[in-house]
Amino acid sequence: MSRSFVPKVVSANDLRAGHVVYFSAAEDWVRDIAEAEVLTDEAEAQLRLLTAMGHKTVAVGVYLVDVTPGPQGPVPVALREQFRAKGPSIRPTKEAAAKEAAHV
Amino acid sequence: MYEYSDFDEAFVRNRVAQFRDQVARRLDGSLTEDEFRPLRLMNGLYLQLHAYMLRVAIPYGTLSSNQMRALADVAERFDRGYGHFTTRQNIQFNWIKLTDTPDILERLAEDGLHAIQTSGNCIRNVTTDAFAGAAADEIEDPRPYAELIRQWSSDHAEFQFLPRKFKIAITGSPDDRAAIRAHDVGLQLIRRHGETGFRVLVGGGLGRTPMLAPELRDFLPKADLLPYLEAILAAYNLIGRRDNKYKARIKITVFETGIEPFRDLVEQEFARIKPQFSGADQALLAEITPHFALPDLVSKDPAPYAATLAADPLFAAWAKHSVTDHKATDHAVVTISVKTPGEEPGDVSADQMRTVADLADLYGYGELRISHMQNIVLPHVARADLPALHAALIKVGLAAANIGLISDMIACPGMDYCALATARSIPLAQEIAQHFETLGLVEEIGPLPLKISGCINACGHHHLGAIGILGLDRAGAENYQITLGGSEGPEASIGEKMGPGFAYDAVVPAIERLVRAYLAQRLSADETFLAALHRLGREPFRLALYGEAQDAA
Repeated sequence: MSRSFVPKVVSANDLRAGHVVYFSAAEDWVRDIAEAEVLTDEAEAQLRLLTAMGHKTVAVGVYLVDVTPGPQGPVPVALREQFRAKGPSIRPTKEAAAKEAAHV
Repeated sequence: MYEYSDFDEAFVRNRVAQFRDQVARRLDGSLTEDEFRPLRLMNGLYLQLHAYMLRVAIPYGTLSSNQMRALADVAERFDRGYGHFTTRQNIQFNWIKLTDTPDILERLAEDGLHAIQTSGNCIRNVTTDAFAGAAADEIEDPRPYAELIRQWSSDHAEFQFLPRKFKIAITGSPDDRAAIRAHDVGLQLIRRHGETGFRVLVGGGLGRTPMLAPELRDFLPKADLLPYLEAILAAYNLIGRRDNKYKARIKITVFETGIEPFRDLVEQEFARIKPQFSGADQALLAEITPHFALPDLVSKDPAPYAATLAADPLFAAWAKHSVTDHKATDHAVVTISVKTPGEEPGDVSADQMRTVADLADLYGYGELRISHMQNIVLPHVARADLPALHAALIKVGLAAANIGLISDMIACPGMDYCALATARSIPLAQEIAQHFETLGLVEEIGPLPLKISGCINACGHHHLGAIGILGLDRAGAENYQITLGGSEGPEASIGEKMGPGFAYDAVVPAIERLVRAYLAQRLSADETFLAALHRLGREPFRLALYGEAQDAA
């Protein structure tokens, strides 16, 4: 039996502003990982990656991120990706602090 | 202070215009990211975890008050109101938009600042002693030489595509305050038989293979500086490895070649290159040198200083750590701590930058320095003005009396910002500083250089910390290795790893156990942590970290 496929989302940085973005099912780039399209099939993931990489003047450094689907949306597996998704643990912006409070 | 010549001015302005065009071409799709990346890196623009980061050069750590205000402007208008001073005396802005970058560079150019060669495989900003031109123990101000190297290396066609980045540090004092042994090339001004020249070190560096630079030349006449540097670079450019990024720094070249054969190669290149130098470099140096003259110091009666020292314990505590002897006895060099316990080490807000710039104008002849310890230095302050300066610093939260103490930590940006990081450093630094502050032990512990890196690249210089902390990612969790016994200066040494790493929450207690073991076993308050470690050996500290039960660990 083949190894089970780890679900993925497509991520990148916004070319102009630099912030972390995720690829949605509607082929938009969104800020919140909860709105990202979760890909559960390898072939589908590769195809979405190629589509996303076509957005050359919108996103930079497009790649696939391993995630664990959860009730509040996908959670990245790797520590680094968790930081990318949440933002810095210091100097939170008002928006990030509000979002964190809403999740608790 | 060095003032741009017309050539410098035109060079920087041209570069801004070029980059503006390159950004426009990236945005409209005419340049791919692969084509654009080297161009943005040449201008100091990195893409980090959450945003672009712009690294602005502060050549040899020297700033005018107006340049500091320019940095404040950029922090306020284009970032989130703060900047981060680095161990290479530069400043990094963490929340930059690509689309704003040409305007930022334009703003910086107005005050003679730029981001050229702050990244890429070229000769980077030449760093030096933050006390240069002011310190009482100095043989000569190293900054004119640093400026000469800056002009020679800027856009030097032969050295734009070196095997890897190249960092030079110069000190003019026997008490090395520029970590010269941890640089690709370290230069130390020395005097021999009445003549001043350079002792030249080569092949130092930290990162995954830390090495202290061995001596390449015990005495180099000053006039031979550029041809000799060019010979070192030429030798490295020829035989430095390009097959493996991790083996490409000159420290590996020197290590694999051996210092003797490497020296032979350099001398061979030097013999070839030297005749090509017709003396234009010396003429340029003669033009540069007067820019760095000591300001006309206004003599003041230091009596108010002595009086406040006796009357105000808060001032006395600050002066003990922040005030260093100046060439002129009625003046002092002041180090302003950017490590207020609980704050992000190295971060300075726009308001603080402006206040410090104003204080530099009021009390310091408009001059500022950034130290490789990530603090701000006012190099020339009349002792009589120190009480007023201290009072002003208290108002903006920059009067911490902790220079050289455990809370004066070096910390890299770490996982909170950096794309290479494997663990956080800044919040850990904040917690350690806050913890010892709360315990009230900071002063009692005495000098204790503690340095934190958030990955193996060692930007936080953890190898050189009496206590070093290296953050790694172990199976998806932050894990911190502790090293002991590192030091900078003339007797530099690399710290040794103590044993298994600690989880994030276990680091502060582990550091406290180390410190308590030291306090319990030191001979007196005069024996520093490092001295006690040398006398006692590692065992008592290993026991403090891991206990008896972990002997086999």
